[in-house]
Amino acid sequence: MKLSRLEYARPASVAEAIELLQGTEGAKIIAGGQSLIPVLAFRLAAPPLLVDIGKLDDLRGTETTPAGTRLGARVRWCEIERDAALRRAQPLLAAMTDHVAHYQVRNRGTVGGSLAHADPAAEMPGVAVACEAIMHVAGPAGSRDVRSEDFFEGPLQTVLAEDELLVGLTLPPWPPGRRWAFEEFALRRGDFALAGVAVHYGRDAEGRMHDVRVGAIGAGETPLRLRAVEAELEGRKIGETLISSAAKLAAASVDPMNDLHADAEYRRALVATLFERAMLRAEHRQEEGENGPAVHP
Amino acid sequence: MALQFTLNGKTVEFGGEARTTLADCLRHHLGQTGTHVGCEHGVCGACTVIVDGEAVRSCLMLAVQAEGSQVTTVEGLSEGEDLSPLQAAFRKHHALQCGFCTPGILTTAHALLTHEPDADEERIRHVLSGNICRCTGYLPIIEAILDARAAYADGRRGKPA
Repeated sequence: MKLSRLEYARPASVAEAIELLQGTEGAKIIAGGQSLIPVLAFRLAAPPLLVDIGKLDDLRGTETTPAGTRLGARVRWCEIERDAALRRAQPLLAAMTDHVAHYQVRNRGTVGGSLAHADPAAEMPGVAVACEAIMHVAGPAGSRDVRSEDFFEGPLQTVLAEDELLVGLTLPPWPPGRRWAFEEFALRRGDFALAGVAVHYGRDAEGRMHDVRVGAIGAGETPLRLRAVEAELEGRKIGETLISSAAKLAAASVDPMNDLHADAEYRRALVATLFERAMLRAEHRQEEGENGPAVHP
Repeated sequence: MALQFTLNGKTVEFGGEARTTLADCLRHHLGQTGTHVGCEHGVCGACTVIVDGEAVRSCLMLAVQAEGSQVTTVEGLSEGEDLSPLQAAFRKHHALQCGFCTPGILTTAHALLTHEPDADEERIRHVLSGNICRCTGYLPIIEAILDARAAYADGRRGKPA
Protein backbone atom coordinates (compact mmCIF):
# COMPACT_ATOMS: atom_id res chain seq x y z
CA MET A 1 0.00 0.00 0.00
CA LYS A 2 0.95 3.62 -0.24
CA LEU A 3 1.89 5.41 2.95
CA SER A 4 -0.63 7.63 4.74
CA ARG A 5 -0.20 11.38 4.32
CA LEU A 6 2.54 12.72 6.50
CA GLU A 7 4.75 15.71 7.10
CA TYR A 8 8.51 15.42 6.95
CA ALA A 9 11.23 17.29 8.81
CA ARG A 10 14.99 16.92 8.75
CA PRO A 11 16.43 18.52 11.90
CA ALA A 12 20.03 19.70 12.13
CA SER A 13 20.58 18.69 15.75
CA VAL A 14 19.37 16.23 18.37
CA ALA A 15 17.85 19.15 20.31
CA GLU A 16 15.88 20.21 17.24
CA ALA A 17 14.71 16.63 16.71
CA ILE A 18 13.40 16.52 20.28
CA GLU A 19 11.60 19.86 19.79
CA LEU A 20 9.93 18.45 16.68
CA LEU A 21 8.86 15.33 18.60
CA GLN A 22 7.42 17.56 21.34
CA GLY A 23 5.61 19.74 18.84
CA THR A 24 3.57 17.01 17.12
CA GLU A 25 1.77 14.23 18.94
CA GLY A 26 2.52 10.86 17.38
CA ALA A 27 5.58 12.06 15.48
CA LYS A 28 8.09 9.30 14.75
CA ILE A 29 11.83 9.27 14.22
CA ILE A 30 13.05 7.86 10.90
CA ALA A 31 16.68 6.94 10.19
CA GLY A 32 17.27 4.16 7.65
CA GLY A 33 13.54 3.46 7.58
CA GLN A 34 14.05 -0.25 6.87
CA SER A 35 11.67 -1.28 9.66
CA LEU A 36 9.49 1.81 9.82
CA ILE A 37 8.58 2.16 6.14
CA PRO A 38 7.14 -1.39 5.92
CA VAL A 39 5.04 -0.58 8.99
CA LEU A 40 3.80 2.59 7.25
CA ALA A 41 3.24 0.71 3.97
CA PHE A 42 0.99 -1.78 5.79
CA ARG A 43 -0.67 1.23 7.47
CA LEU A 44 -0.03 -0.33 10.84
CA ALA A 45 1.05 3.18 11.81
CA ALA A 46 0.23 6.59 10.39
CA PRO A 47 2.42 9.16 12.15
CA PRO A 48 1.53 12.74 11.23
CA LEU A 49 5.20 13.72 11.13
CA LEU A 50 8.43 11.89 10.35
CA VAL A 51 11.54 13.38 11.94
CA ASP A 52 14.47 12.27 9.77
CA ILE A 53 17.71 12.05 11.73
CA GLY A 54 19.58 11.15 8.54
CA LYS A 55 21.68 14.32 8.65
CA LEU A 56 22.72 14.08 12.31
CA ASP A 57 26.32 13.10 11.83
CA ASP A 58 27.08 12.95 15.55
CA LEU A 59 24.89 9.83 15.68
CA ARG A 60 27.31 8.07 13.32
CA GLY A 61 30.56 6.33 14.08
CA THR A 62 31.89 3.83 16.56
CA GLU A 63 34.51 4.17 19.23
CA THR A 64 36.20 1.43 21.23
CA THR A 65 37.90 2.42 24.50
CA PRO A 66 38.77 0.42 27.64
CA ALA A 67 35.23 1.31 28.81
CA GLY A 68 33.62 -0.51 25.90
CA THR A 69 32.42 0.11 22.36
CA ARG A 70 30.08 2.98 21.71
CA LEU A 71 27.97 2.76 18.56
CA GLY A 72 26.05 5.75 17.28
CA ALA A 73 22.36 5.07 16.60
CA ARG A 74 22.92 5.66 12.87
CA VAL A 75 25.65 3.03 12.43
CA ARG A 76 24.52 0.80 9.55
CA TRP A 77 24.90 -2.96 9.24
CA CYS A 78 27.13 -2.60 6.17
CA GLU A 79 29.50 -0.44 8.23
CA ILE A 80 29.84 -3.11 10.90
CA GLU A 81 30.36 -5.68 8.14
CA ARG A 82 33.34 -3.74 6.75
CA ASP A 83 34.97 -2.62 10.01
CA ALA A 84 37.61 -5.23 10.87
CA ALA A 85 38.70 -3.44 14.07
CA LEU A 86 35.12 -3.26 15.32
CA ARG A 87 34.55 -6.93 14.49
CA ARG A 88 37.61 -7.86 16.56
CA ALA A 89 36.53 -5.59 19.42
CA GLN A 90 32.96 -6.98 19.51
CA PRO A 91 32.93 -10.45 17.91
CA LEU A 92 29.38 -11.34 18.99
CA LEU A 93 28.10 -8.13 17.38
CA ALA A 94 29.96 -9.12 14.20
CA ALA A 95 28.61 -12.68 14.21
CA MET A 96 25.06 -11.36 14.71
CA THR A 97 25.34 -8.72 12.00
CA ASP A 98 25.97 -11.41 9.39
CA HIS A 99 22.39 -12.59 9.94
CA VAL A 100 20.67 -9.20 9.64
CA ALA A 101 18.40 -8.85 6.60
CA HIS A 102 19.63 -8.60 3.00
CA TYR A 103 22.38 -6.68 1.19
CA GLN A 104 20.18 -3.74 0.17
CA VAL A 105 18.58 -3.40 3.61
CA ARG A 106 21.97 -3.60 5.31
CA ASN A 107 23.06 -0.55 3.29
CA ARG A 108 20.43 1.61 5.01
CA GLY A 109 19.29 -0.17 8.16
CA THR A 110 20.71 1.15 11.43
CA VAL A 111 21.58 -0.26 14.83
CA GLY A 112 19.47 2.39 16.57
CA GLY A 113 16.51 1.76 14.31
CA SER A 114 16.50 -1.94 15.09
CA LEU A 115 16.70 -1.28 18.84
CA ALA A 116 13.99 1.39 18.84
CA HIS A 117 11.73 -0.74 16.61
CA ALA A 118 12.11 -3.58 19.16
CA ASP A 119 10.97 -6.52 17.11
CA PRO A 120 11.35 -9.49 19.47
CA ALA A 121 12.84 -11.56 16.62
CA ALA A 122 15.41 -8.92 15.60
CA GLU A 123 19.06 -9.74 16.15
CA MET A 124 20.44 -6.47 17.54
CA PRO A 125 18.09 -6.25 20.54
CA GLY A 126 19.04 -9.84 21.42
CA VAL A 127 22.74 -9.09 21.32
CA ALA A 128 22.24 -5.86 23.31
CA VAL A 129 20.53 -7.85 26.06
CA ALA A 130 23.01 -10.74 25.95
CA CYS A 131 25.92 -8.26 26.20
CA GLU A 132 24.30 -6.08 28.87
CA ALA A 133 24.61 -3.02 26.63
CA ILE A 134 23.68 0.44 27.87
CA MET A 135 21.28 2.48 25.73
CA HIS A 136 21.88 6.22 25.48
CA VAL A 137 18.63 8.17 25.26
CA ALA A 138 18.18 11.91 24.65
CA GLY A 139 15.06 13.79 25.67
CA PRO A 140 13.81 17.24 26.69
CA ALA A 141 15.27 16.85 30.20
CA GLY A 142 18.69 15.83 28.88
CA SER A 143 20.27 12.42 28.46
CA ARG A 144 19.68 9.21 30.34
CA ASP A 145 21.18 5.75 30.17
CA VAL A 146 18.98 2.66 30.21
CA ARG A 147 20.12 -0.92 30.74
CA SER A 148 19.22 -2.98 27.70
CA GLU A 149 17.23 -5.44 29.81
CA ASP A 150 15.03 -2.55 31.00
CA PHE A 151 14.76 -0.97 27.53
CA PHE A 152 12.41 -3.48 25.86
CA GLU A 153 8.86 -3.61 27.22
CA GLY A 154 7.05 -5.77 24.66
CA PRO A 155 6.73 -6.41 20.94
CA LEU A 156 7.62 -3.11 19.22
CA GLN A 157 7.57 -1.37 22.60
CA THR A 158 10.41 0.28 24.47
CA VAL A 159 10.74 2.65 27.40
CA LEU A 160 11.41 5.53 24.98
CA ALA A 161 8.94 8.35 25.65
CA GLU A 162 7.21 10.07 22.70
CA ASP A 163 9.69 12.95 22.93
CA GLU A 164 12.83 10.86 23.39
CA LEU A 165 15.24 9.39 20.90
CA LEU A 166 17.89 6.71 21.07
CA VAL A 167 21.26 8.28 20.24
CA GLY A 168 23.51 5.25 20.68
CA LEU A 169 24.53 2.33 22.82
CA THR A 170 27.63 1.08 24.59
CA LEU A 171 28.65 -2.56 24.56
CA PRO A 172 30.88 -3.53 27.50
CA PRO A 173 34.52 -4.30 26.69
CA TRP A 174 35.07 -7.80 25.32
CA PRO A 175 37.65 -9.67 27.43
CA PRO A 176 40.31 -11.50 25.40
CA GLY A 177 39.86 -15.24 25.06
CA ARG A 178 36.11 -15.13 25.44
CA ARG A 179 34.08 -17.68 23.45
CA TRP A 180 30.98 -16.69 21.54
CA ALA A 181 28.40 -17.75 18.98
CA PHE A 182 25.19 -16.47 17.46
CA GLU A 183 22.86 -19.01 15.85
CA GLU A 184 19.47 -18.40 14.31
CA PHE A 185 17.03 -20.19 12.05
CA ALA A 186 15.03 -18.36 9.37
CA LEU A 187 12.91 -19.81 6.57
CA ARG A 188 14.97 -17.94 3.99
CA ARG A 189 18.38 -16.35 4.36
CA GLY A 190 18.04 -12.77 5.58
CA ASP A 191 14.45 -13.16 6.75
CA PHE A 192 13.42 -12.58 10.32
CA ALA A 193 14.50 -15.47 12.49
CA LEU A 194 11.92 -17.90 13.83
CA ALA A 195 14.27 -18.02 16.80
CA GLY A 196 17.89 -17.26 17.61
CA VAL A 197 20.37 -17.80 20.43
CA ALA A 198 23.47 -15.84 21.49
CA VAL A 199 26.02 -17.26 23.91
CA HIS A 200 29.30 -15.96 25.25
CA TYR A 201 31.51 -17.02 28.13
CA GLY A 202 35.01 -17.00 29.50
CA ARG A 203 36.85 -20.30 29.84
CA ASP A 204 39.74 -21.17 32.16
CA ALA A 205 42.67 -23.48 31.35
CA GLU A 206 40.75 -26.51 32.65
CA GLY A 207 37.79 -25.69 30.41
CA ARG A 208 35.50 -24.33 33.16
CA MET A 209 33.11 -21.61 31.99
CA HIS A 210 32.70 -18.31 33.78
CA ASP A 211 30.63 -15.15 33.29
CA VAL A 212 28.27 -17.06 31.03
CA ARG A 213 25.67 -15.05 29.11
CA VAL A 214 22.84 -16.56 27.11
CA GLY A 215 20.26 -14.59 25.13
CA ALA A 216 17.35 -15.61 22.91
CA ILE A 217 15.31 -13.87 20.20
CA GLY A 218 11.98 -14.83 18.67
CA ALA A 219 11.31 -16.63 21.92
CA GLY A 220 9.19 -14.18 23.90
CA GLU A 221 7.63 -10.74 23.83
CA THR A 222 11.06 -9.13 24.14
CA PRO A 223 14.61 -10.36 23.58
CA LEU A 224 15.35 -12.61 26.56
CA ARG A 225 18.29 -13.32 28.79
CA LEU A 226 18.22 -16.92 29.96
CA ARG A 227 19.57 -16.56 33.50
CA ALA A 228 18.65 -20.09 34.57
CA VAL A 229 20.76 -21.48 31.72
CA GLU A 230 23.62 -19.16 32.61
CA ALA A 231 23.50 -20.39 36.22
CA GLU A 232 23.45 -24.02 35.06
CA LEU A 233 26.63 -23.51 33.03
CA GLU A 234 28.54 -21.22 35.38
CA GLY A 235 31.74 -22.75 36.77
CA ARG A 236 31.29 -26.07 34.98
CA LYS A 237 33.24 -27.82 32.25
CA ILE A 238 31.57 -27.89 28.89
CA GLY A 239 30.57 -31.35 27.69
CA GLU A 240 27.85 -33.14 25.78
CA THR A 241 25.76 -34.01 28.84
CA LEU A 242 25.86 -30.48 30.18
CA ILE A 243 25.00 -28.92 26.80
CA SER A 244 22.09 -31.31 26.44
CA SER A 245 20.64 -30.63 29.90
CA ALA A 246 21.18 -26.89 29.51
CA ALA A 247 19.40 -27.02 26.12
CA LYS A 248 16.35 -28.54 27.79
CA LEU A 249 16.48 -25.79 30.38
CA ALA A 250 16.77 -23.17 27.62
CA ALA A 251 13.63 -24.51 25.95
CA ALA A 252 11.80 -24.45 29.28
CA SER A 253 12.96 -20.88 30.00
CA VAL A 254 11.44 -19.23 26.93
CA ASP A 255 7.89 -18.16 26.22
CA PRO A 256 7.51 -18.09 22.44
CA MET A 257 4.49 -16.92 20.48
CA ASN A 258 2.28 -18.79 18.04
CA ASP A 259 2.09 -17.08 14.69
CA LEU A 260 1.69 -17.74 11.01
CA HIS A 261 5.31 -18.84 10.62
CA ALA A 262 5.74 -21.24 13.53
CA ASP A 263 3.92 -22.34 16.64
CA ALA A 264 5.27 -21.91 20.15
CA GLU A 265 6.23 -25.56 20.56
CA TYR A 266 8.31 -25.48 17.38
CA ARG A 267 10.09 -22.29 18.45
CA ARG A 268 10.78 -23.81 21.87
CA ALA A 269 12.40 -26.83 20.21
CA LEU A 270 14.37 -24.48 17.96
CA VAL A 271 15.77 -22.64 20.97
CA ALA A 272 17.12 -25.94 22.34
CA THR A 273 18.68 -26.91 19.02
CA LEU A 274 20.14 -23.46 18.37
CA PHE A 275 21.53 -23.34 21.89
CA GLU A 276 23.32 -26.66 21.31
CA ARG A 277 24.70 -25.43 18.00
CA ALA A 278 25.82 -22.17 19.56
CA MET A 279 27.67 -23.92 22.41
CA LEU A 280 29.44 -26.26 19.99
CA ARG A 281 30.39 -23.41 17.68
CA ALA A 282 31.65 -21.32 20.59
CA GLU A 283 33.68 -24.20 21.97
CA HIS A 284 35.32 -24.93 18.61
CA ARG A 285 35.88 -21.23 17.90
CA GLN A 286 39.61 -21.35 18.53
CA GLU A 287 40.12 -23.17 15.25
CA GLU A 288 38.75 -20.17 13.38
CA GLY A 289 41.43 -17.91 14.80
CA GLU A 290 41.23 -14.75 16.85
CA ASN A 291 39.61 -12.54 14.28
CA GLY A 292 36.25 -14.22 14.14
CA PRO A 293 34.14 -14.45 11.03
CA ALA A 294 35.33 -13.23 7.65
CA VAL A 295 35.19 -9.53 6.83
CA HIS A 296 33.68 -8.41 3.56
CA PRO A 297 35.42 -5.43 1.96
CA MET B 1 8.18 19.42 -0.94
CA ALA B 2 10.52 20.65 -3.64
CA LEU B 3 13.88 19.06 -3.97
CA GLN B 4 16.55 18.01 -6.40
CA PHE B 5 18.66 14.94 -6.86
CA THR B 6 20.78 13.52 -9.64
CA LEU B 7 19.20 10.70 -11.64
CA ASN B 8 21.47 8.81 -14.03
CA GLY B 9 23.74 11.84 -14.30
CA LYS B 10 21.04 14.47 -14.80
CA THR B 11 19.59 16.82 -12.19
CA VAL B 12 15.90 16.16 -11.58
CA GLU B 13 13.31 17.91 -9.47
CA PHE B 14 10.58 16.41 -7.36
CA GLY B 15 7.71 18.42 -5.94
CA GLY B 16 5.33 15.70 -4.75
CA GLU B 17 4.09 14.64 -1.35
CA ALA B 18 6.50 13.71 1.44
CA ARG B 19 4.95 10.25 1.72
CA THR B 20 6.06 9.38 -1.83
CA THR B 21 8.61 6.58 -1.88
CA LEU B 22 11.64 6.93 -4.09
CA ALA B 23 10.25 4.06 -6.21
CA ASP B 24 6.97 5.89 -6.87
CA CYS B 25 8.81 9.16 -7.47
CA LEU B 26 10.96 7.51 -10.14
CA ARG B 27 8.06 5.81 -11.87
CA HIS B 28 5.13 8.18 -11.49
CA HIS B 29 6.74 11.59 -11.22
CA LEU B 30 9.86 11.14 -13.34
CA GLY B 31 8.51 8.57 -15.80
CA GLN B 32 11.43 6.21 -15.32
CA THR B 33 9.57 2.91 -15.32
CA GLY B 34 12.61 0.65 -15.54
CA THR B 35 12.50 0.37 -11.76
CA HIS B 36 9.85 -2.24 -10.96
CA VAL B 37 7.73 -2.33 -7.84
CA GLY B 38 6.84 -5.75 -6.49
CA CYS B 39 5.99 -6.13 -2.83
CA GLU B 40 6.23 -2.48 -1.71
CA HIS B 41 7.52 -3.47 1.71
CA GLY B 42 11.15 -4.37 1.23
CA VAL B 43 11.00 -8.11 0.62
CA CYS B 44 11.29 -8.77 -3.12
CA GLY B 45 14.20 -6.54 -4.23
CA ALA B 46 12.65 -5.68 -7.61
CA CYS B 47 12.81 -1.93 -6.90
CA THR B 48 16.52 -1.89 -6.05
CA VAL B 49 18.33 1.24 -7.24
CA ILE B 50 21.77 2.62 -6.46
CA VAL B 51 21.91 5.65 -4.16
CA ASP B 52 25.32 7.25 -3.65
CA GLY B 53 27.00 4.06 -4.81
CA GLU B 54 25.01 1.65 -2.64
CA ALA B 55 22.22 -0.71 -3.65
CA VAL B 56 19.04 0.13 -1.72
CA ARG B 57 15.37 -0.77 -1.93
CA SER B 58 13.64 2.29 -3.41
CA CYS B 59 10.31 1.28 -1.82
CA LEU B 60 11.92 1.58 1.63
CA MET B 61 13.13 5.11 1.12
CA LEU B 62 11.20 8.35 0.80
CA ALA B 63 11.94 10.46 -2.25
CA VAL B 64 12.73 13.37 0.07
CA GLN B 65 15.48 11.27 1.63
CA ALA B 66 17.24 11.20 -1.74
CA GLU B 67 17.66 14.98 -1.77
CA GLY B 68 21.13 15.85 -3.06
CA SER B 69 21.98 12.20 -3.77
CA GLN B 70 23.24 10.47 -6.90
CA VAL B 71 20.63 7.91 -7.94
CA THR B 72 21.27 5.28 -10.61
CA THR B 73 18.47 3.11 -11.99
CA VAL B 74 18.58 0.34 -14.56
CA GLU B 75 18.18 3.04 -17.24
CA GLY B 76 21.56 4.43 -16.17
CA LEU B 77 23.55 1.21 -16.39
CA SER B 78 24.24 1.43 -20.11
CA GLU B 79 24.87 4.24 -22.55
CA GLY B 80 22.41 4.52 -25.38
CA GLU B 81 21.04 1.30 -26.83
CA ASP B 82 24.13 -0.82 -26.22
CA LEU B 83 24.02 -3.35 -23.42
CA SER B 84 26.55 -2.98 -20.63
CA PRO B 85 28.84 -5.99 -20.15
CA LEU B 86 26.70 -7.03 -17.16
CA GLN B 87 23.51 -6.81 -19.22
CA ALA B 88 25.17 -8.64 -22.11
CA ALA B 89 26.18 -11.42 -19.71
CA PHE B 90 22.54 -11.71 -18.61
CA ARG B 91 21.51 -12.16 -22.25
CA LYS B 92 24.28 -14.65 -22.94
CA HIS B 93 23.41 -16.82 -19.93
CA HIS B 94 19.61 -16.54 -20.25
CA ALA B 95 19.57 -14.94 -16.81
CA LEU B 96 16.05 -13.62 -17.20
CA GLN B 97 12.74 -14.88 -18.40
CA CYS B 98 9.78 -12.63 -17.59
CA GLY B 99 12.18 -9.82 -16.66
CA PHE B 100 10.22 -8.36 -13.78
CA CYS B 101 12.95 -8.85 -11.20
CA THR B 102 15.78 -8.09 -13.63
CA PRO B 103 16.19 -4.32 -13.04
CA GLY B 104 16.61 -4.92 -9.30
CA ILE B 105 19.06 -7.75 -9.87
CA LEU B 106 21.11 -5.75 -12.41
CA THR B 107 21.39 -2.74 -10.09
CA THR B 108 22.26 -4.99 -7.14
CA ALA B 109 24.92 -6.87 -9.14
CA HIS B 110 26.33 -3.62 -10.57
CA ALA B 111 26.73 -2.12 -7.09
CA LEU B 112 28.21 -5.36 -5.75
CA LEU B 113 30.79 -5.80 -8.52
CA THR B 114 31.70 -2.10 -8.45
CA HIS B 115 32.62 -2.47 -4.75
CA GLU B 116 33.78 -6.10 -4.88
CA PRO B 117 34.93 -6.98 -8.42
CA ASP B 118 36.30 -10.30 -7.17
CA ALA B 119 33.13 -11.38 -5.34
CA ASP B 120 33.07 -15.18 -5.31
CA GLU B 121 30.07 -17.38 -5.99
CA GLU B 122 29.20 -17.68 -2.30
CA ARG B 123 29.24 -13.90 -1.88
CA ILE B 124 27.10 -13.44 -5.01
CA ARG B 125 24.59 -16.01 -3.74
CA HIS B 126 24.50 -14.28 -0.35
CA VAL B 127 23.84 -10.88 -1.91
CA LEU B 128 21.27 -12.24 -4.37
CA SER B 129 19.24 -13.61 -1.46
CA GLY B 130 17.69 -10.13 -1.29
CA ASN B 131 16.15 -10.45 -4.77
CA ILE B 132 13.30 -12.80 -5.56
CA CYS B 133 13.14 -14.34 -9.05
CA ARG B 134 10.36 -16.83 -9.79
CA CYS B 135 11.44 -17.79 -13.33
CA THR B 136 15.09 -18.65 -13.60
CA GLY B 137 15.98 -20.72 -10.55
CA TYR B 138 18.86 -18.23 -10.04
CA LEU B 139 21.64 -20.42 -11.49
CA PRO B 140 21.89 -18.55 -14.83
CA ILE B 141 21.85 -15.26 -12.91
CA ILE B 142 24.80 -16.38 -10.80
CA GLU B 143 26.64 -17.53 -13.94
CA ALA B 144 25.99 -14.19 -15.63
CA ILE B 145 27.27 -12.19 -12.68
CA LEU B 146 30.36 -14.37 -12.38
CA ASP B 147 30.97 -13.88 -16.11
CA ALA B 148 30.56 -10.10 -15.85
CA ARG B 149 33.22 -9.75 -13.17
CA ALA B 150 35.96 -9.23 -15.75
CA ALA B 151 34.32 -5.94 -16.80
CA TYR B 152 34.69 -4.65 -13.24
CA ALA B 153 38.34 -5.63 -12.75
CA ASP B 154 41.07 -2.98 -12.73
CA GLY B 155 38.63 -0.20 -11.87
CA ARG B 156 36.64 -0.52 -15.12
CA ARG B 157 33.37 -0.28 -13.17
CA GLY B 158 31.40 -2.35 -15.64
CA LYS B 159 32.11 -0.23 -18.70
CA PRO B 160 32.44 -1.89 -22.13
CA ALA B 161 36.02 -2.62 -23.15
